[in-house]
Amino acid sequence: MTDVATDDLDEFRAEPMPARNRSASRRKPTPIVPPRNVAGTALAIVIGIMTFLSCLTLGAVSLVRDSASRWEVQIASEATIQIKPADELDMEAALEKAAAIASGYAGVTEARIVDRAATARLLEPWLGEGLDLDQLPVPRLVVVKIDKQHLPDFTGLRIALADALPTASLDDHRTWVDRLVAMAHTTVAIGFAVLSLMLAATVLSVVFATRGAMSGNNGIIEVLHFVGAEGRYIAGQFRRHFLVNGFRGAAIGGLAAAATFAAFSLWSARNLATPQGDQANALFGSFSIGVNGYLGVLLIVLVVSFLTAATSHITVLAYLSELDSKSASED
Amino acid sequence: MIRFENVGLRYGMGPEILRDVSFTIPQRSFQFLSGPSGAGKTSLLRLLFLSLKPTRGLVNVFGRDRATITRSDLPMFRRRIGIVFQDFRLLDHMTTYENVGLPLRVRGRSEASYKGDVIELLKWVGLGDRMHAMPPVLSGGEKQRVAIARALIEQPEILLADEPTGNVDPPLARRLLRLFIELNRLGTAVVIATHDIALMEQVDARRMILADGRLHIHD
Repeated sequence: MTDVATDDLDEFRAEPMPARNRSASRRKPTPIVPPRNVAGTALAIVIGIMTFLSCLTLGAVSLVRDSASRWEVQIASEATIQIKPADELDMEAALEKAAAIASGYAGVTEARIVDRAATARLLEPWLGEGLDLDQLPVPRLVVVKIDKQHLPDFTGLRIALADALPTASLDDHRTWVDRLVAMAHTTVAIGFAVLSLMLAATVLSVVFATRGAMSGNNGIIEVLHFVGAEGRYIAGQFRRHFLVNGFRGAAIGGLAAAATFAAFSLWSARNLATPQGDQANALFGSFSIGVNGYLGVLLIVLVVSFLTAATSHITVLAYLSELDSKSASED
Repeated sequence: MIRFENVGLRYGMGPEILRDVSFTIPQRSFQFLSGPSGAGKTSLLRLLFLSLKPTRGLVNVFGRDRATITRSDLPMFRRRIGIVFQDFRLLDHMTTYENVGLPLRVRGRSEASYKGDVIELLKWVGLGDRMHAMPPVLSGGEKQRVAIARALIEQPEILLADEPTGNVDPPLARRLLRLFIELNRLGTAVVIATHDIALMEQVDARRMILADGRLHIHD
């Protein structure tokens, strides 16, 4: 069939392989997907930043939610009996009586009379120091502590007080609590909306950054496909690679966020007695996100890693499908 | 082994670039596929490699109608067809040895089971001392031989080569041609797509010439 001699094929033949090459070939095989490249590093950075921001948002929302429920509980745990002065009314006796009536109700843990000194202190910002309460018809208060689990019968208490002391009135702070609850719920709802937007932005960034990093690998996918690799084998190689890469970025972002929370918590604990600390404490409580917050960070890290791997998997299968379903569509 | 009957191919809504192409590739045969640039040589090779479907006509590969071959069957068929791309398509981050062993590695074979075969094949193509070199440092001829070795590692029944001498000087082209001839003598059918007339004149083999979308065969 052919007229070309093959004698000089020896030109290609090399010397026997040197021993060092044999030992070198025993090393770990090179991963099919190149372990590090610029696109992969950029992807890890994007994932790290987005995870960090998502975790911060989650932490902030969890902080606001905890603070809101704490305000709610604190305010709801007290009620106030106010006794207005009247002619012929022995104020001290009336206060004792009101405290006694309140104490008699189930769900009231303590009824404490706000004494004259405390009342004067309360009025000090308006009326100045050295106030003589006897010269002014000042209403007096009884603070009623409530068992939050078993609320007392406020209506019954209100009627009993009115019967015994016509100038007494009971304020269970309901209006104030309702407003505060509404505000707290609005704040938490806004927080969750921001968190949803942040998570959506993270998902989109991760998906598109992964697709971007994948586009540089089309050559590898084609070669593997043409040397007879099954689709799931190729997808598996990329999935594993991107899972590791995504987890690396997400873990760095998550750890940075956790460290930020821990640092705030530490700062807050150290500044408990200072004016700044008290201010922050009044707004955000202990400034600690708690175990649930840290679990949320872990969840975000895992979801982001999974998302990266799933995106690479889907991208590989879509590209393979495109390669195989070509019916003379391009050249 | 491979049979084409009245095969036509068009890209999208464009003109038909292959028209009524009919031929067979028998076992252990050796043929050149030639024609001017743009005549459809690469498209015909891609039809042979099952990476394109014909627009019309019958393509029968190893006894199976192309139309009945599903995507999941393709890897199995591709293992029986070796292909050498014009641009080599080597993985630059892997050594010569790993590139050649790749088809076996992706099938899940352990390295111990194919290491000897890869080394032997690399020696056969004259790259025994370049086993651990990375493709970017290889010359065009060396890359071509790595691509050939990779196509042969699974002992395919047919080898398709797209312009295998397009990137090398004439002496090296002659040597590569001899490699294909020796391979053919060992039992593999060979199809070489080329427009290098000087190369074809060195061998008395069947020539399949594509012109104006039609195939003319000169035995």
